Amino acid sequence: MSKQEQHWEKTRGLLLMTLAIWFVFSIGIFLFGAEMNEVTGPFGYPLTYWFTCQGSLGIFVILIFWFANRQEKIDEEFGFSERGDD
Amino acid sequence: MIKGNFIDNLPKVYGIYTGGFLGFIIIMSIAEQMGMTAKTIGICFVAFTVAIYAIIGYLSRTAQADAYYVAGRQVPTVFNGMATAADWMSGASFVAMAGGIYFKGYGYMALLVGWTGGYVLVASLLAPYLRKFGCYTVPDFIGTRYGGNLTRFLAVVVLTVASFTYVTAQINATGTIASVALDIPFQYAVYVGLISILLCSMLGGMRGVTWTQVAQYIVLIIAYLLPVFWISNKMGAGFFPHFMLADEVARIGELEQQFGFVKNSAGDLANVPKGLAGITKAHSAVNASPWAFISLALAMMMGTASLPHVMMRYFTTPSVKAARKSVGWSLFFIFLLYSSAPMLATLSKLSLIDPSLPTGIIGKSIAEVQSIDWYQNWNQANLMFVSDFNGNGTLELNEFFMGGKAVVLATPEIAGLPYVISGLVAAGGMAAAMSTADGLILAIANAISHDVYYKIIDPKAETAKRLVVARVLLVVIGFAGATIAAMEIQGILGSVIWAFDFAMSGLFFPLVLGVWWKRANRQGAIAGMALGLISGAWYLVWVRTGGSGFLGITQLTFGIFGSAVSLVSMVVVSLITSEPNAATQKMVDEVRVPSGRSIIGKQ
Repeated sequence: MSKQEQHWEKTRGLLLMTLAIWFVFSIGIFLFGAEMNEVTGPFGYPLTYWFTCQGSLGIFVILIFWFANRQEKIDEEFGFSERGDD
Repeated sequence: MIKGNFIDNLPKVYGIYTGGFLGFIIIMSIAEQMGMTAKTIGICFVAFTVAIYAIIGYLSRTAQADAYYVAGRQVPTVFNGMATAADWMSGASFVAMAGGIYFKGYGYMALLVGWTGGYVLVASLLAPYLRKFGCYTVPDFIGTRYGGNLTRFLAVVVLTVASFTYVTAQINATGTIASVALDIPFQYAVYVGLISILLCSMLGGMRGVTWTQVAQYIVLIIAYLLPVFWISNKMGAGFFPHFMLADEVARIGELEQQFGFVKNSAGDLANVPKGLAGITKAHSAVNASPWAFISLALAMMMGTASLPHVMMRYFTTPSVKAARKSVGWSLFFIFLLYSSAPMLATLSKLSLIDPSLPTGIIGKSIAEVQSIDWYQNWNQANLMFVSDFNGNGTLELNEFFMGGKAVVLATPEIAGLPYVISGLVAAGGMAAAMSTADGLILAIANAISHDVYYKIIDPKAETAKRLVVARVLLVVIGFAGATIAAMEIQGILGSVIWAFDFAMSGLFFPLVLGVWWKRANRQGAIAGMALGLISGAWYLVWVRTGGSGFLGITQLTFGIFGSAVSLVSMVVVSLITSEPNAATQKMVDEVRVPSGRSIIGKQ
């Protein structure tokens, strides 16, 4: 397998992992919205309510930065990162 | 001033700007104490901020294609994040979102999840790859990846349908705010708004829009957060509302139990002015079925990843790496406002319905409520209404009606904040609507000037001529949008959501598969775009004209149907026709790695 194919395989793996986490917090948990709302969440808000106000939104922010860092590492590992930017 | 070291000096420039704006707010509040009228303060806020944007627009003027189309590809990560956040958060987000949460609760909050979750798709599936591609516009990517003028043209069609639906709502919002703040009729205010919008984008194109959007973000975020924190503190609800409103949320639940949701008869409701609504849904309880919530969130997420005016912001970063990080910053800056909207809705609702608070009106006598100053003001503005349906002389929960906009616009006044805050909120709403309108008009004009005029009609056109065409289109599209906005056909929020559905119907899969599926070819893309858009539009028309719909897909989520048709037709047609040629496959390979030259244009 060429270097490029390996790079793409790892990139695809990271994508699937990112999309899995995204799926859980944008779709998965809301399948159980009514049940989850009985639980008290962070800061004392009902749990589902908290996820729609802050939880899911904040997790998406962190997820994107985590994804960007992991992807940079993959690019560096195979020598595909850009030089002289930022 | 804008060249060379301007980029290095950005934190300083915008630091001074922010300080200046805060100074302006202080001067205005002193002027208010000294007797300046509310109307003058409103005019000062809108005029002052719009003048600043116009100056930035003028300073960013350019005659270079690279600067006009992609701001010279040198916008730093964090600043591009702010510009994207302003580009993204429309007049609807600013003025109507808290109101939507206030009235509809959980079912509406699918939009919060959808309009943020979409950025995960943008960051992981598209933005870095389109940045590597080096295109000027989104149709530029489609046209080059799949080849042929027809693909390019279809992409322009989808882009125009989606963005134009969206932009009329934004011009409408600038008109609404300008007409209130400047006290002029809406029909004229729409054109005042349009001219303000064009001042930002005409001379500098994407460069002008970038630097005004950063300035607009700073104004809109101050204008949104300052009142939320102030009201929360004034009510004694907590100095940091986001972490401290659990008791207030629980209290609203208690009051809902106590009052109950009484259903009004159709005859009673006929007296309520159009556009106003009562509180009929629980505040924090789950009041929508899982599929209703998930389908709306999903449609908004896929729509986010297909809207060209957002995607093209990531063409302006210096590198692929920066494009990825920039998506994170965009969402962070969006998060600051979105996470505050539910807090504002909570504070606003509690302050009105809790009889134990001095501002609470439920349980007071109708005559007493009708004699309150702020009630009279907002009743006159057609945003508040009470009526004694049961004739007991006391205001019940089901007898109080309010417009969605009033949550953002009226809460500061109800909480007893000085008028300077209302002026600030008007400036913030104006900034939000203008920045989105600018991004959208520019996306349409750039796609038509670059992809239709330069790439299809006259590939030999000189830069100067191309930029003249681009600017003429900008004005024409702006006026077309304003003319339709002046007719006031649809509400602000409805048309915003349709724009997402149109975009995802026609563009989501052609864009994503262009990067992630090498086998996707021209015929497939043509089928995907054309059939996706047509079937989405058909579904909308069908449901609007009395069709029953299926699978619980409504007129707000028709993009789910459109994009499913788009996916199936694109895959099937790609597989029954021959695979893309070797050059195209090599191009896809190159797009997938960040290093090396971009596919088109200079690095």
